Amino acid sequence: MSKEEALLQGGQQAPLRGRRILVAKPGLDGHDAGAKVIALALRDAGAEVIYTGLRRSPEYIARVAVDEGVDAVGLSILSGSHKHLVEQVLGQLRDAGAEDVAVFVGGTIPAEDRPALAALGVRGIYTAEMPLAEVIGALAGALE
Amino acid sequence: MNAPERPEVEARLANTSPSGIEVPIQVGPEAIGSERIGRPGEYPFTRGIFSDGFRGRLWTIRQYSGFGTAEESNERYRFLLEQGQTGLSVALDLPTQCGYDPVDPMATPEIGKVGVSLSNLAEAEILFDGLDLAGISTSFTINGTAAIVYAMYLAVADKRGVARAKLTGTIQNDILKEYVARGTWIFPVRPSMRLIADSILYSNEQTPRFNPISIAGAHVRDAGCTAVEEMAYTLANGLAYVDELRARGGDIEKFAKRLSFFFYVHMDFFEEVCKFRAGRRLWARLMKERYGVSDPKAQHFRFGVVCGGSSLVAPQPHNNIVRVAVETMAAVMGGAQSIFTAAFDEAFQIPTEFSAELALRTQQMIAYESGIARTVDPLGGSYFVEQHTDRMEAAMEQVMREIDDYGGVVKAIENGWLQMRIARRALERKMKVDSGESVVVGVNHFRRTETGEIGEQFRLDPNAARRVLEKYERVRSTRDAHAVARTLARLTDASRKERENLMPYLIDCCHAYATIGEMVGALKREWGEFAEPVRLS
Repeated sequence: MSKEEALLQGGQQAPLRGRRILVAKPGLDGHDAGAKVIALALRDAGAEVIYTGLRRSPEYIARVAVDEGVDAVGLSILSGSHKHLVEQVLGQLRDAGAEDVAVFVGGTIPAEDRPALAALGVRGIYTAEMPLAEVIGALAGALE
Repeated sequence: MNAPERPEVEARLANTSPSGIEVPIQVGPEAIGSERIGRPGEYPFTRGIFSDGFRGRLWTIRQYSGFGTAEESNERYRFLLEQGQTGLSVALDLPTQCGYDPVDPMATPEIGKVGVSLSNLAEAEILFDGLDLAGISTSFTINGTAAIVYAMYLAVADKRGVARAKLTGTIQNDILKEYVARGTWIFPVRPSMRLIADSILYSNEQTPRFNPISIAGAHVRDAGCTAVEEMAYTLANGLAYVDELRARGGDIEKFAKRLSFFFYVHMDFFEEVCKFRAGRRLWARLMKERYGVSDPKAQHFRFGVVCGGSSLVAPQPHNNIVRVAVETMAAVMGGAQSIFTAAFDEAFQIPTEFSAELALRTQQMIAYESGIARTVDPLGGSYFVEQHTDRMEAAMEQVMREIDDYGGVVKAIENGWLQMRIARRALERKMKVDSGESVVVGVNHFRRTETGEIGEQFRLDPNAARRVLEKYERVRSTRDAHAVARTLARLTDASRKERENLMPYLIDCCHAYATIGEMVGALKREWGEFAEPVRLS
């Protein structure tokens, strides 16, 4: 195991092995560096990762989540439209009978908006400063 | 809002240091006995494109700004101009950038969030109301819809009777980097390149003082690249535009004078300074050696910069004030033509009026109090700076060769090869911060448990979207529908003819109050949309 891999896995062997995770970019925001970093890091931590690419509608994201049978969806939003888009994705998942899919959010999410997202059912909010090992640890914990 | 009283003596760059020592405008190679480094204003322009540096003309102080409705943004522009800003930089919302009308379901959640909503000429008339279009230079961060927004700006000038030849400013208009990093692409690469060539060639004739493109490395840098890669990818894209314009019959001695560039400045001071010196020399060499360009002005590498971006962090946000100051000094040492300093809260919100003003004052203090702008390229001749410049230039050429070996930038972008390279770099950068190898004060070293108060928070007017939608409906119901249909049909016809310049057709559409979504829709029907290569390996 390389030093980087060891760091990512927080000392564990592939903590996300066997998990299927969809990393998605809802809305028009084109900043995908964070989404790609997370996608690559989750894959290195053992997960099977599907990345949607840019500018996806909530309907599309929910459909892919259901079709691919993922355990979790990570939404990356930096445009400030997180409340609206998260609500829509959660609604679409519910309509598709996939409310058991855990939804996580990353991006530019002001502290005062976090309780509202949690109340909607978001299972974790991860921002840029959080170390990847912590993100992976938190995700693995939430999916247990 | 009243403008503050002006001091009696105009702000200027003094010719002595605070201790009264004479400060020359420039120091030549005779000072260190080297013939290799050259003089400012002379080929290969390592030391700057102007012999008199900032003493001839200071860089343009241009703060990126815009949010919500055209009315609110117009008010912020008036505030910034009253505070001594010397150019406007218009931030547009994502629907405007991606070519959707505000009523589109994809657009509605994003109205006015990251910039101002500008869906038709009526909004542009409000945005620039009371501003002197002939007197200010206006920059638009716009790419996928750059030709349309440029057409709208010309239409506003036409309606106000402002001569087009007097207009100054910039449209970013660099689609290649949008495919790689920023993501506001619309059409496939080929027709996008055509639209860019159309706007540049039209601008060269109609608005000769306007920069019809700002080839940008900033966004790939923020997405993960190193400083060397930022410059190398940008110059490679620049060459792709040059080749496109030449294939369209453009005269390189003419259009190359209006090409401009745009970069991020991050925290490593000498790396940033040398990046600009190396890039400026490399571009001049490419123009002269590869294309035989002889007019020095067409060899000039003119660039704007933004200080901040991903080098700014949310924990202990006031630390960002210092970061931006250091970065601004590097931009000045590198010889930038325009500077935008991000506000300290820009890592997590639209700046408040307080933080926006502080960012502006940072530039003014560096310009007029610090004295660093008095002598052009004051670091020129430093053994380290010259060596580092040489080494960065060689590394940039190496990266450009790798792109050539792959088959050129267009192929590298269409296949997602370049995007993947940058994503891997971003992961490396993040790993180095996580491990503590790259120090970010307050984030991975010297942290406090409580991260400090942000202070004042910016809140978008929750009614902005509703007002935008109301105005949009009003324009749609009061305009001449026949004129809209007629101008859009002509645009469609023209788009089918490869060599027809689309700019006059777009300007006609704007005058008829056709919306951005209608114009983009007409072109999408002919050209289709870009198929994003989604890959993780």
